[in-house]
Amino acid sequence: MIYLYSFLLSGVVCALGQIILDNTKLTPGHITSIFTVGGAILSFLGCYDFLISKFGAGATVIISNFGHMLYSSAYQGYLEEGILGIFSGMFVKSSIAITGVIVFSFIFAIIFKPKD
Amino acid sequence: MKKEDYKKLVKKVSPKEPRFRNIIVAFATGGTIGLIGQIIITILTIVFGISKIEAGGWLALILIFLSTLMTALGFFDKLVTKCKCGLIIPTTGFAHSVASSALDYRNDGLITGLGANFFKLAGSVILYGVISSFILVIVKVIICG
Repeated sequence: MIYLYSFLLSGVVCALGQIILDNTKLTPGHITSIFTVGGAILSFLGCYDFLISKFGAGATVIISNFGHMLYSSAYQGYLEEGILGIFSGMFVKSSIAITGVIVFSFIFAIIFKPKD
Repeated sequence: MKKEDYKKLVKKVSPKEPRFRNIIVAFATGGTIGLIGQIIITILTIVFGISKIEAGGWLALILIFLSTLMTALGFFDKLVTKCKCGLIIPTTGFAHSVASSALDYRNDGLITGLGANFFKLAGSVILYGVISSFILVIVKVIICG
């Protein structure tokens, strides 16, 4: 059943993004930023952990999860170390995504030549 | 020709975006990525016996690896123009934007080209994600003490 929920959530979020993209002048850059901030707000309201437990990967593959990881790890850092923890903890969870993107993009940009 | 007439003409001639089909395609591709992600998580937790959180990390790495590789091979751009938000909203879009700007600016040099433009498109996601999370944590601290 979680497969269906996963499909539905990520599908609905992508369809929502497509509706915004087609009916406004916003670019994909705007939309991904809006969804990231939206994820942080949902995490702030305490909904995101529920979404992940209910919808599984459907909630973790979308870009909103990036905002959720930033917020939750920054707050976790605050609980452990105080104000300094906000700064040191911000990227703890999202480090996988950022480091992965940097490493793979750099390696492939060096190996492959751009077409046209 | 007056400016207004010209605008009308442009509107008449430019092809109409098939909006409804776009939404269906975005729904199907986005949903498929979510479904594949859930299948990968299930396989990882059963076969390798790792926790769900660890499996989520591996899933993010796998998606990023595949989308950067496909961008470098040159056919991910075509997929993105077809599926639009179905591939932009998932993590694949984030990876695609970094990989494509890295590839595009590589010929301008490693520092001034690749280095300076690496986060050209993904920078806004990181910037506004961090700023909003920072503000929200401050708000949460003020509310909850």
